[in-house]
Amino acid sequence: MTEKIAIPLNVNGEIREVVIRPADTLLDVLRNELSLTGAKPGCLNGDCGACSVIVGGTVYKSCIMLAVEAIDSKITTIEGLKNSPIQEAFIKHFAFQCGYCTPGFIINIQALLEKHSNPTYETIKEWLSSNICRCTSYEEIEGAVFSVVEKSSDE
Amino acid sequence: MLAFNLEYYKPKTIEEAVECFFLLKKENKRAIYYSGGTEILTLGRLNLLQMDAVIDIKSISECLEFNFEHNQLIAGAALSLTYIEERNYFPLLSTVAKEVADHTARNKITLGGNVCGQIFYREAVLPFLLCDSNVVIAGEGGKETASIHQIFNGAFQLEEGQFLIQLLTDQEYITMPFASLKKRQQWETGYPLITVSSIKVDNRLRFAFSGLCSFPFRSTEMEDALNQANKSLHIRIQQAIDHIPAQVLDDIEGSREYRLFVLRNTLEEIITELEGEG
Repeated sequence: MTEKIAIPLNVNGEIREVVIRPADTLLDVLRNELSLTGAKPGCLNGDCGACSVIVGGTVYKSCIMLAVEAIDSKITTIEGLKNSPIQEAFIKHFAFQCGYCTPGFIINIQALLEKHSNPTYETIKEWLSSNICRCTSYEEIEGAVFSVVEKSSDE
Repeated sequence: MLAFNLEYYKPKTIEEAVECFFLLKKENKRAIYYSGGTEILTLGRLNLLQMDAVIDIKSISECLEFNFEHNQLIAGAALSLTYIEERNYFPLLSTVAKEVADHTARNKITLGGNVCGQIFYREAVLPFLLCDSNVVIAGEGGKETASIHQIFNGAFQLEEGQFLIQLLTDQEYITMPFASLKKRQQWETGYPLITVSSIKVDNRLRFAFSGLCSFPFRSTEMEDALNQANKSLHIRIQQAIDHIPAQVLDDIEGSREYRLFVLRNTLEEIITELEGEG
């Protein structure tokens, strides 16, 4: 049997030592070893985006990534964002209903805004097609994104 | 979550990767080369794929190359599809890659993983089939380069322990007129129905298909039929359909009849567009 291994993960600015199986996905390690339950298990198949996290500045679906692949990279989960403009915009625009998909959407939008400060509608649509909201709050989510984009382009 | 355990290796050179594969084999362990890993993890979770070890090729510099050298575009197997889109060195490849899965998934899906995968779409191979690209592979016998038409027959025919390093495409093909259309059953997201890609070379159209049969392909017989300029478009398309090299898929994404209906319209759209160009 493959032994467990101890690896360091740089999560939300802290180095955390975890003892894992190399077969463990990043999603499982974040939730089960580090109790960071913001990234949600949805489809577990890379389709829904509820488990999205930022690794090394790029957004990934943590259900289709091994935790060992994230060694040496900075990982940001929803717990690592504190009152970011997009979080506040989600509240202001009621951009959620059940809230299950919300962390994934917010993390994806955060990654988008870090890369494109003034994204086009097409770019926003392309990026956000990676996330599914079963409550269909898409219109409110779009409103929240636009409010942050407009605010940043005004500044 | 994978129900089984596996060992994880991340070699820095091609030689280390191949050596790792055969050392594991000596220990009766089945290893798989791992690039983006999205399909491996997806199928592994469902127990449709089992392995004892994965050999991650993302630290091998040759697998990350994306540049022009000696009038060829070198595209490494470990490049993510979004990286390829963003650099846009090969517009047909960017167009095709952009339609695979979704943006976040494409941050993880790699060129090598897509073209060597088990899932039958493997659309990213279409541009390389159309451009008569070469393939660099490595294995026990070292590195070798071969025409994609020798190595790819529905799927990459790799020997045990071999893996894809790079795809090489002559620069002259990169700027040729092209069209690529991906049709889905509904909306702009979801699993594909068919993808048809085409380039115009010396006033002749080349065509490659994904999602039509259980493997992606380019067919010279279909191209011959579609290039009969003295016949009506309707006859050209019908004769091409008569030369589809295998059974047309009939599944939950679309019946055989529906796929053929979509194929006819898609071919008409592409031919009209490309034959209109000088």
